[in-house]
Amino acid sequence: MSGYKILVVEDSAIMRQLLVMSLRRVPGVTVLEASDGLEALKVIANETLSLVFSDVNMPGLDGLKLVRMLQADQRTREIPIVMVTTEGAVEDRDRAMALGATEYITKPVQAAKVVDIASRLLGLSTPG
Amino acid sequence: MSQKEDPGKLTQRADEFLQVFKKGAEFTQELLRENERLRFQLVQVEEQGRLASCAAQALQEVETLKSQVADLEQEKQEILRRIARVEAENIDFANRYVEIEGENNSLANLYIATYQLHSTLDFRDVLQIISEIIINLIGGEEFALFLLDENTGSLQAMAGEGVVLDRLPAYPLGHGILGTVASSGESFYAATLDCAGPGCDAPLACIPLKIKDRVIGVLAVYKLFLQKRCFADIDYELFTLLAGHAATAIFASKLYSESERKLTTIQGFLDLLTK
Repeated sequence: MSGYKILVVEDSAIMRQLLVMSLRRVPGVTVLEASDGLEALKVIANETLSLVFSDVNMPGLDGLKLVRMLQADQRTREIPIVMVTTEGAVEDRDRAMALGATEYITKPVQAAKVVDIASRLLGLSTPG
Repeated sequence: MSQKEDPGKLTQRADEFLQVFKKGAEFTQELLRENERLRFQLVQVEEQGRLASCAAQALQEVETLKSQVADLEQEKQEILRRIARVEAENIDFANRYVEIEGENNSLANLYIATYQLHSTLDFRDVLQIISEIIINLIGGEEFALFLLDENTGSLQAMAGEGVVLDRLPAYPLGHGILGTVASSGESFYAATLDCAGPGCDAPLACIPLKIKDRVIGVLAVYKLFLQKRCFADIDYELFTLLAGHAATAIFASKLYSESERKLTTIQGFLDLLTK
């Protein structure tokens, strides 16, 4: 059985597929998907997650609001959150980090970087 | 022998005997000392012989050790050469790993882009997917997709991001960068990425969307995201992929939409006739 569950929250099907494909390379993980913040909350309510990768700009509940909600909940506040976004400005990064994001990476992303970050945050050695 | 000898003579003879005896004793002492000396010399000679033998043996051992040191030195040099070879191989493997990782990343991007482009026959969805590819995989912030209007012979903006489509002009074939790209079928890449935006008619990249040699539209990228400093190799591959696959996906979805519309019309007509 897989030991870690990673949730990918991304409205773009392309980006979601890229993240899921990349994260499946991390040994011992199951990757779950949600297309926006609201769908993510439903998944989070039913699963025990080890890590969340989330887009910032999404319809419904955006990534920053999702971070705020996860931080406010005792059950989910310890889950590391990696923001994946097109917003490359320092102030955008600072805002996300101040809200409680663990990492902030900008698009376009490299699969190796995604694997590296996930492995590090899960305390695993990088594959390969 | 006479019984009665002169006592004086006896004493003299006794003295002489004593003298002889003393000399004999001294001689014996002398012999004993000489014997001692000779034995000492013999021991010395034996010791010297033993030492000489040891020295010869030691020299032989030194020679053996020197030969062993030379062999070990040679072995060490061989090991050092092997280590250097292994280190070079390690560096080569590391470089190849990075290279393969890059290839892997490129293939994943190309696979996803192709997979998504051909995942729908809805025209609007295809345009949306093309936009997502440019935003998420290439890092384009401002761009527009123009399709060739066969009737007017000009390029009309159909989709985009970061630009107001209505404000984008129609580009006649052969005019400006976009028109030239559409008529020549050759991609255009700006010499520098210090650009401009859609107003100045100077895109960073302009890609013809082609089905074989027939250009059906043009993709113009005007601005990249802040964090994107330049086009990478994978971007050019994605542009090449878009040039072919986006064109066929657009063409197929348009054909499908038209056939669906015609089918609905015919169905409606048939329904009308059979009622």
